[in-house]
Amino acid sequence: MNKAIAGTLESGDIMVTIGPGEGLQVNLQSSVEAQFGRQIREVITRTLEDLGIKDAQVDAIDKGALDCTIRARVTAAAVRATGKDVWKD
Amino acid sequence: MMFVPGNNPGMMADAHIYGPDSIMLDLEDSVTITEKDAARLLVYNALRSIDYGTTEMVVRINPLSTPYGKKDVEAVVKAGVDVIRMPKTETADEVRELEAEILRVEKEIGAEGRTQIMAAIESALGVVNAFQIASASKRMMGIALGAEDYSANLKTNRTPGGAELLLARETIVVAARAAGIACFDTVYSNLDDMDSFRKEVELIKTLGFDGKSIINPRQIEVVNSVFVPTEKEINKARAVIAGIREAKAKGSGVISVNGKMVDRPVVLRAERTIALAVAAGVISEEQVL
Repeated sequence: MNKAIAGTLESGDIMVTIGPGEGLQVNLQSSVEAQFGRQIREVITRTLEDLGIKDAQVDAIDKGALDCTIRARVTAAAVRATGKDVWKD
Repeated sequence: MMFVPGNNPGMMADAHIYGPDSIMLDLEDSVTITEKDAARLLVYNALRSIDYGTTEMVVRINPLSTPYGKKDVEAVVKAGVDVIRMPKTETADEVRELEAEILRVEKEIGAEGRTQIMAAIESALGVVNAFQIASASKRMMGIALGAEDYSANLKTNRTPGGAELLLARETIVVAARAAGIACFDTVYSNLDDMDSFRKEVELIKTLGFDGKSIINPRQIEVVNSVFVPTEKEINKARAVIAGIREAKAKGSGVISVNGKMVDRPVVLRAERTIALAVAAGVISEEQVL
């Protein structure tokens, strides 16, 4: 696994950096950490588990992203980091 | 139809709040090559998760001739998009190629026939082949003009009056009507000139288009004010439809409303007025008569 980034720091987005790690380590910065921090971490972790990734260091800077955006950005970063696409062609 | 860049999650989340008839999430020109993969995932997840209500959801994919096109089709068909918009369509064969690709993915997920196609015509060759494109597949729901690329292909420039687009616009309307599908006009990019925008919307409505592509929520009100029938038009249309029903009940083929003879084209126009009014929510189905 290489280190890879997806997403932006624009409002409604989340910037996700994924690199090699042991176990799933999630380091989250979010303006809504108090209310949604646990949920955001869960979405990140579940997305990686669905992709079969058990070991990774994840750094995420959240700007109020919806769950679907978090899933998209984590998947994009993971695909870039591993080189394994989720689409067939 | 409101264009929304496919790599901007904030805009994608809010777009339906403004009440456009349809939203086109873009994977093509508004997304840089280095972000094609991320935008495709954003659009896929947004379509699966965000409740867009009754808004028709369209995605403009990259051409199948690029490394992104087939992956775009797989993603948006699996996400349940209503319509795939093909960019830069020039031949009926391109439509059939997309149709085959859509079917392949639909079969994989057991959803055959679910996805419709809209073709954007953006070149002289596309205009010349407009009817063949419009009638290339049962999935075709509409054709649309993409004026920026078309103007460049013609070796001319966009002008406020749109003289350079007249033949393409008329050809696209005629092709769509001959094929029995819808037609949509191109975008107007200058948000600071709403008067010229209104004139363009009035022009394309007169030419016969079903709708206008827009790039900003501020343009929705202008398009609706031009396309949505007035109370006077609705009342006139109701009178025509009531008159024709009464005549049919009496077994008469010819009627007059307010002293004017009503023939078939008048009835068709009246029905379209009522259909537009119902679609725009100005009147309900129950209020038609």
